[in-house]
Amino acid sequence: MTSTPFRPRDWSSHPSFVDPRADGYRSSALRGPTKPLIPIRQSLSELTGPVYGHDSVGELDGDLTRNGRRNGEPLGERIVVTGRVLDENGRPQPNTLIEIWQANAAGRYLHKVDQHDAPIDPNFFGGGRCITDSEGRYRFYSIKPGAYPWGNHPNAWRPNHIHFSLFGPAFATRLVTQMYFPGDPLLALDPIFTGIPEAARDRLVADFSIDVTEQDFALGYVFDIVLRGRGTTPMED
Amino acid sequence: MALKQTPSQTVGPFFAYGLTPEQYGYDLTSVADGAVRDDDTAGTHIRIEGRVLDGRGDVVSDAMIEIWQADAQGRYAHPDDPRGSNAGFTGFGRQGTGTDLQSRFRFDTVKPGVTEDGSAPHVSLIVFARGLPSHAYTRIYFADEAAANATDPVLSQVPAERRETLIAQRTDTSGVPTYRFDIHLQGDNETVFFDV
Ligand SMILES: [Fe+2]
Repeated sequence: MTSTPFRPRDWSSHPSFVDPRADGYRSSALRGPTKPLIPIRQSLSELTGPVYGHDSVGELDGDLTRNGRRNGEPLGERIVVTGRVLDENGRPQPNTLIEIWQANAAGRYLHKVDQHDAPIDPNFFGGGRCITDSEGRYRFYSIKPGAYPWGNHPNAWRPNHIHFSLFGPAFATRLVTQMYFPGDPLLALDPIFTGIPEAARDRLVADFSIDVTEQDFALGYVFDIVLRGRGTTPMED
Repeated sequence: MALKQTPSQTVGPFFAYGLTPEQYGYDLTSVADGAVRDDDTAGTHIRIEGRVLDGRGDVVSDAMIEIWQADAQGRYAHPDDPRGSNAGFTGFGRQGTGTDLQSRFRFDTVKPGVTEDGSAPHVSLIVFARGLPSHAYTRIYFADEAAANATDPVLSQVPAERRETLIAQRTDTSGVPTYRFDIHLQGDNETVFFDV
């Protein structure tokens, strides 16, 4: 068969495995691989990947304002997050699974190991997923996540963020990232965010949009995601 | 090339209720877990298990492993593989390392077949972890496939002294053929990671 390989991971866009800065992301020091990656030809093993369809997503999975309710509405500022998943060639990525997870409005995760002394919201779960439509569009309803402290350095706080996980068409296009909010003063102080090459950082900051904002309901943010695209030279297998 | 890639970020310490909820006991179904096969999936039933270790040799208990593999006939469950795979076998698994007392990941699956002429049976694997800003790709090969491994085109690109890091060792202590694959993120024995 003939299939076209994906362009390489663009290391001018992604954070390095080990943060080289003295005041950087500390836990990368012992966890990031240090030997050079070995380049391999993309075979069927990399050019294929798990396929998820609309049947893998439940009705409420994309609405975090509703999927964790027990006895009322979750607290906080309601938001709509929408955007398109595209590849580097500008082609929409339809039918791809997006999974998200985030802290509640107080900056607390539901996760058992989250030690932050902020309240859990009994009506907020914080996890969800959806599938992009035929034009690569997705939409989540949620609550704006709060900032939370962490142990990287004294008085370290993570900016408001939502974690995103995407597959795209192949194992090679897998991406896990985080979406941030515009104007957050913690961004410049966050070594996870500033570990991204400077020219690429803005791509993780969503845009506020009054057009996406829903009257009397929720503030709108637009976050487009670009996955690796196929190169131009077909490869004979 | 019109657009630039969206940067990667660490999966962080709190991925479990979003990505591996059932394994960690949260109230959301998982899209994938460690059970890659069913009881009646065709092929040799095997288990793959291992740990993730940091540069000091300490186990990493907040990593997440994903595997992607062909079925026992070497076919992928994906439209770009026109052969199609065994009914019901997706070939995709996902496990966090935070629920096992020894911080192991564990996949119950089938031994993959040969996907392309000349290649040895293998499983593709991605490591995500707190402290890992970008994910890392590697492959699992099988110690009992020595002849096929010797001619595999990907293994051949790996310096001979590092190939062992990609070979899962067989131990049959649990009643089912079990392959042990520890992932060393750093150190003298650092696992080979690929620029896929
Ligand atoms: Fe987070």
